[in-house]
Amino acid sequence: MPEHLPLFYVFNFYLFGLVAIVSALLFVTRKSPVTAALWLVNTMFSLAALYVMLDAQFIGAMQVLVYAGAIMVVFLFVIMLLNLGHPSELADARGRGWQMAAALVGLALLAEIFALSRAQSPESLELPAGYAAREIMATGAITPVAGPLFNEYLLAFEVTSILLLAAVVGAVVLGKRRSGDAR
Amino acid sequence: MNNYVTIYPPQSTFLFVVFTIIKMVIVFTVYMVGVALLTLAERKISAWMQDRHGPNRVGKGWLQPAADGLKNIMKEETYPGAAYTPLFVLAPVLSFIPALVTWAVIPFAAPWASRWGMIDMVLAPLPVGFLFILAVSSLGVYGIVLAGWSSNNKYALLGGLRSSAQMVSYEIAMGMSTIPVLILAGNVSLNQIVQQQATMGWNVLNLTVAFFIFMIAAFAETNRLPFDLPEAESELITGYHTEYSAMKFSMFFIAEYANMVTASGLMATLFFGGWDIPFTLWDNIAPHTLLKTVITQGFFAFKVLFFVFFFMWIRWTLPRFRYDQLMSLGWRFLLPLALAYIVIIASVVLGIDAAGLWGRYIGPGRILSVANIILLAVNMVLCFLLFWVLDRGRIISPAYSRLERRDLERLRAMSAARIPVTAEAGD
Repeated sequence: MPEHLPLFYVFNFYLFGLVAIVSALLFVTRKSPVTAALWLVNTMFSLAALYVMLDAQFIGAMQVLVYAGAIMVVFLFVIMLLNLGHPSELADARGRGWQMAAALVGLALLAEIFALSRAQSPESLELPAGYAAREIMATGAITPVAGPLFNEYLLAFEVTSILLLAAVVGAVVLGKRRSGDAR
Repeated sequence: MNNYVTIYPPQSTFLFVVFTIIKMVIVFTVYMVGVALLTLAERKISAWMQDRHGPNRVGKGWLQPAADGLKNIMKEETYPGAAYTPLFVLAPVLSFIPALVTWAVIPFAAPWASRWGMIDMVLAPLPVGFLFILAVSSLGVYGIVLAGWSSNNKYALLGGLRSSAQMVSYEIAMGMSTIPVLILAGNVSLNQIVQQQATMGWNVLNLTVAFFIFMIAAFAETNRLPFDLPEAESELITGYHTEYSAMKFSMFFIAEYANMVTASGLMATLFFGGWDIPFTLWDNIAPHTLLKTVITQGFFAFKVLFFVFFFMWIRWTLPRFRYDQLMSLGWRFLLPLALAYIVIIASVVLGIDAAGLWGRYIGPGRILSVANIILLAVNMVLCFLLFWVLDRGRIISPAYSRLERRDLERLRAMSAARIPVTAEAGD
């Protein structure tokens, strides 16, 4: 972290960072699927707080609205309907080998994060200091996101929406009863 | 009182913190006391509508909420043997907190230019204000779902599943219905939405259809009748809070009223001008005296209480929907309508922009704005189409309009024959 940030900011950064990491660990280690899902929700909250601290209020609000408010609710819904049984009866299906492999991948990712956090990011990816905060003060929280999205990157945006539309159509086709099925 | 400075000095961080704490305490106290009194109001209003007396014993009825609270604290907390205790305890809290947190961003009065600097009458004037509300209100479903699941009771689980399906469905219609509001305001900050309505007229006139969609969705989001399927005591005992007793049950009860107040506050802010006083701009311009703050606060409270009354009025008037009706209303009517309405309003706003009609007035004085008249006309046409043409005898026309004339004659003859008294009583 840079030195010049106020103590309050630094405190909150470490607080939410710690909460996010601990919740993520609990999410992976809990046996009850519902509890695990709730810890994931907690991770997302902490990430939203971190986004807000980066002056990305819009992303923070979307994180809570889309991930915590919609996707995780559907997850919970499915978990409850699946009726997996008591947590103590759930066994980890994978063997020792897979666990070791997962741990190795996790360690590799951690090393990568440490390496990247020490590396110098390219000039073109860096915004001037305080750019986001100034933009939000001047035009509101949405315009800095909406402007480029609907002007410069409109084509990419529309192509993405066609992708989502295809997913919706696919879901409808799968969910629809075939004509031969009894009503 | 007149010696405050005219150019407002910026508040120091210390004063900001002090005033925020004071505002938090005031908002929290008023909110909680208000919610407690609303439980009494509901019983009194239902009694009035059903020609009964309602609670009238403990302090002439006024102390009934206090007595109920005391009773609920003294009662034994029961824990079902098969329940998953951590979530069972957490669920009532989770259903209450989102409603409370929403009030952090709702502006409840005109700002006050005190001698300590300009004080916004809102706890947190966030730049993403409205999105924050959508985000927080999407979390309200957790409390109910977890209560249903952790109780380990089939009725509770059914109630929880119903509520999650219902709230996720209506959340979409609710979010879509507010996009026209954001199009008109050009911003998502609630302060700006209120300011825009002060100058352009209330959104209920500019965006009537959006208001109706939002209102219906708000009823579903708060699980109030006619959408109280998660409770549905005739089918599911009381649904998700079947296993709850004492103060934990009371928390659900408080959460229901808190949600109702929050939904009323949102309707007042988004569609009825927030703290704006209609027909005058006196309240929106400097000098921002304490008097103005108090009066605008009164107007805001009046609007919120009106909607709270409206919630209760509907509850004691309409019967419950069937579950398939609820789903088809949400997905097959409200969502397409909201999407179509976004397109219509966006094109109208684009047309007004292209014609350069913003800020044009016709007639004497700056009263009749052209843009407002166009929006109002569009909305009147849409409302007519929706309520009379597309309605096909469901909402406005009487219940018998869907019957064949012959059936109607037969039923009338039956009911006429069944009443044995005088001629005035029949027909």
